[in-house]
Amino acid sequence: MTHFGNYEERVKNFSWAISEQELGYKPGQVINIGWYCSDRICQQGKADKVALIWEGFTGEKKIFTYNDIRLYSNTFAKFITDLGIKAGERICLFMDRVPELYIGFVGILKTGAIVQPLFSAFGEESLFVRLENAETTAIFTQKKHVSKVRKIRDKLPHLKHIIIVDYDGKAPLQEREVAFSMENSEKVEHYDIYPTTAESPSVLHYTSGTTGMPKGVQHVHYSLISQYLTAKWVLDLHDDDIYWCTADPGWVTGTSYGIIGPFSLGVTQCVLDSGFSAEAWYRFIEKNRVTVWYSAPTAIRSLMKAGDEIIKKFDLSSLRHLASVGEPLNPEAVNWSIRVFGKPFHDTYWQTETGCIVITNFPGMPVKPGSMGRPFPGIIATILNPSNHEPYPEPGRIGLIGLKPGWPSMMRTYWNNEEAYKNKFRNGWYLTGDRARMDKDGYIWFVGRDDDVINTGGHLVSPFEVESALLEHPAVAESAVVSKPDPINMEVVKAFVTLKPGFTASKDLELDIMNFIRKKLSPLAMPQEIEFVDSLPKTRSGKIMRRILHAKEWGEEIGDTSTLENE
Amino acid sequence: MDELKEIIKNYVIKEYLEPDSDPIDYDTPLISGGIVDSFSMVSLKRFLENKYNIQIPDDQATPEAFDSVNKIADLVRRFVKV
Repeated sequence: MTHFGNYEERVKNFSWAISEQELGYKPGQVINIGWYCSDRICQQGKADKVALIWEGFTGEKKIFTYNDIRLYSNTFAKFITDLGIKAGERICLFMDRVPELYIGFVGILKTGAIVQPLFSAFGEESLFVRLENAETTAIFTQKKHVSKVRKIRDKLPHLKHIIIVDYDGKAPLQEREVAFSMENSEKVEHYDIYPTTAESPSVLHYTSGTTGMPKGVQHVHYSLISQYLTAKWVLDLHDDDIYWCTADPGWVTGTSYGIIGPFSLGVTQCVLDSGFSAEAWYRFIEKNRVTVWYSAPTAIRSLMKAGDEIIKKFDLSSLRHLASVGEPLNPEAVNWSIRVFGKPFHDTYWQTETGCIVITNFPGMPVKPGSMGRPFPGIIATILNPSNHEPYPEPGRIGLIGLKPGWPSMMRTYWNNEEAYKNKFRNGWYLTGDRARMDKDGYIWFVGRDDDVINTGGHLVSPFEVESALLEHPAVAESAVVSKPDPINMEVVKAFVTLKPGFTASKDLELDIMNFIRKKLSPLAMPQEIEFVDSLPKTRSGKIMRRILHAKEWGEEIGDTSTLENE
Repeated sequence: MDELKEIIKNYVIKEYLEPDSDPIDYDTPLISGGIVDSFSMVSLKRFLENKYNIQIPDDQATPEAFDSVNKIADLVRRFVKV
């Protein structure tokens, strides 16, 4: 029996008050996600229930109960408070998927400070622009990543504390650095949780757009109302489930559904801090008897590539419900999962800005392979005519996905960038930047992006950011960055480059530029192919025409070239 | 000392490890250990192809085949006599 039940009934009777009542929240009261994810669960008599099963790549295993989460998050919170950090200041988590990342997230929220999770594979430039923009006060990191922070700390006057969670004393601590050991610190039984209210800022996730630098998407503590209910109804999390969300908390899925959703429901979840391998993943599911699995199309396609034979080596019969997020899930992947697991992956659609799942294939409802599903009750989604931003009255038309703002986890602003925030709305609709069509049954089908942002492996990469970084390479004169098709990651970054005088195109130069971007920005942003060209297509006013290069990569019509410089 | 393995190991240290990282050996897990991720694997593969003038087919460039210096050396030896 699914939590969700009948779609029409749910839509007809829906109110976010359902979630408020289940959480025991009354409007106007204090609401703190950190408390809801730990203390409240303990008060419900589940203090000894396992909250987190963590496994490292060496096979090392740690288990934390809800009481452990409560105590250790208190320990984090007290440590932060003792440093003098106040509510509203930004604290970055820059770590691999170690237990401190998950528990530190809860602890920071308890202090009223804003959590800023960042993907630990980010290079120093990506890290710098995000810390600078947020004027981050403190960063929790590991020994293996601290050298990236050291390279940029002198340019970050607001960064007062660099906290190393696994300091071993082998090398001296440097300027602004302090050691903190969660498990070796005295456990804090009682911490006065900061009385945040519905609109108090909670989480700051950075996302990339076509132009400009990454934007900090600001969420509030009231987002819990959406994240709790969508985790319950869409992921169908029950009290006896063992849940595995494969996303890294450096990205929004890893916090909304890798921390807040399962912990606020009091569910047991597992984390594998290891790089991808099909065998390791299947073994992890078998060993932990995972029942609900939330993953991503890139991972699913990588599992498909590993073949069906390997699956037969493992007992995966515990799996009950499968879901996917990050990019459109192709029909082949849905049909493959039905064949090999006996159940489909349910595609879910949402964004960093939406904070929660907004369109999805619901458990217990027919899945249309290739469709992102139907809007969550309480979310009004439509297909807008791009020319006037009015909803198309009839199904089947391709337009922009628009969402009527107002659900609890909708972003409240872009950090220090109200103008960019306002630009996301037209005619009373939030513009997702995605194009789609709706069929006669109300299912929505992804068509493509409405901008130049590259979605690679479920993560957004700004072509502008990569182009800017490319110009810092000594050999690069000009560049244009577009996506190109990829069977696993849907699309990957490709760069077209013209060289400065004195440099000659070669395979070694291509590799050097690739590594330059990987270290400066991130592995995701690294062009997987660089094409050296004599010139780039430009308008007569000198603007590079990315769309021509994009069309060539995707085998599409080039379209109007009347403004092309050389026409 | 195996020259091929040393070249691979030194390249991994130079390109993928931060200055204060723990040392690696020929068996250190690179992919599962989070030192090289699936995106970065593309640049490591490209290095090997450039260095040894070989082409490693995508279906053989798996996370398992790139998970240690020893495994990468075995893979390279399939394509070139080193």
